[in-house]
Amino acid sequence: MKTRISREQVQDDFINKVAEISGENFFNCYQCGNCSAGCPSVDEMDLLPSQVVRYLQLGLADEVKNCRSMWVCAACTMCHARCPKGVDISRIMDALRMLNLREPKAAARVDVTDFTPEYLERAPQIAMISGYRKFLPL
Amino acid sequence: MKYPYFPGCTLYTKAKKLDDAGRECSRRLGFELDELPDWTCCGATFPLVNDYHIAMSGPTRILADTKDQGGSQLVTLCSVCFNVLKRTNVVMRTDEERRQKITDFIERDYHGEVEVLHYLQVLRDEIGFEQLREKVVKPLTDLKVACYYGCLLLRPVKEIGLDVMENPTIFEDFVRALGAEPVDFPYKIECCGAFQVVHSMETATRCSRDILANARLNGADLVITTCPLCHFNLDDRQPEIRKGDPRFQTVPVLYFTQLLALALGLDAAELGFERNLIDPLPLLREKGLA
Repeated sequence: MKTRISREQVQDDFINKVAEISGENFFNCYQCGNCSAGCPSVDEMDLLPSQVVRYLQLGLADEVKNCRSMWVCAACTMCHARCPKGVDISRIMDALRMLNLREPKAAARVDVTDFTPEYLERAPQIAMISGYRKFLPL
Repeated sequence: MKYPYFPGCTLYTKAKKLDDAGRECSRRLGFELDELPDWTCCGATFPLVNDYHIAMSGPTRILADTKDQGGSQLVTLCSVCFNVLKRTNVVMRTDEERRQKITDFIERDYHGEVEVLHYLQVLRDEIGFEQLREKVVKPLTDLKVACYYGCLLLRPVKEIGLDVMENPTIFEDFVRALGAEPVDFPYKIECCGAFQVVHSMETATRCSRDILANARLNGADLVITTCPLCHFNLDDRQPEIRKGDPRFQTVPVLYFTQLLALALGLDAAELGFERNLIDPLPLLREKGLA
């Protein structure tokens, strides 16, 4: 695949916003892949955590804007703990989620009517609250 | 010694047994958990983006309340509350701009003065595991325990500071003090799937399966945890895991305070095991602990 990189792409507004609210510098990453190797959600992801960072470095916003990976990240921060350069991908994933959920017509990613009464009787509040904070429009 | 105590929402309902056992054990060990009046939910997630200040107003208010009531420390039992309060406190101490915005909004004066402690830290640093060993009335001999830390009790290590990242030992030292044997358990710091259980159930099921299978592989009789969300994932996912793999051996999951209560002489019948999907009582009877 040929990838064309331009100054405009790398300085794209969306990408700048991800950098700003995550507080992370994508260019610290040298693609060792430790994050992807230790990620518990990687089986359900379409892009590896290291690929998400790579696309952000290259300014390919469209590749990451709607990826599935941000939604299945469990924010366990193992990627950050094992990154030799200290890049916190859980922050990047959260920034991508937040920018999606802040869109005026953002869709809810979980539907409370899907949960059975038996499930709600057992599930702890912390699961529901943290889940809703990650998956419902703001 | 009296510690201001923040139980959190889940410990009042679904994880009441974690709270009950923790309070009873503190009395037996000679320290008091003094519940904070009028506490609210901590928010259950530390916001990982820099501009989501509202999510930090709850935990900041809890910390400011603790300070206003003269507390210099705040003890929690739940890993989620511990993580949220501790990380919020780091922001209060180190990020003047965000601190100002949040404290202006909630109209409180707070600069991160309170020290957030986990119950395990009180046991290790204030009581001491050696002293704990002396107070054990029913040593948990022959019991092999997998100590599951999960994520929020440990990470990020720089901010949480409970133990080291890859091979923490506070939980194992605690289990040894109770007379039980901690097993070697490489999956002890892996994630259980956390809040993905409300969104991507397969992630929570797969993560929990890997953790439990690794505990069993290393000879564990049971798994202990500090977190109600980990407990929910690890216990409730087991029937589903078994459906996918009939050879999977179920393993009981206990809160660490329940194990502590057993060693301090509380009756297993009082520890609320009826809510466990995988009943630990047959195992505890076999080991002479129930």
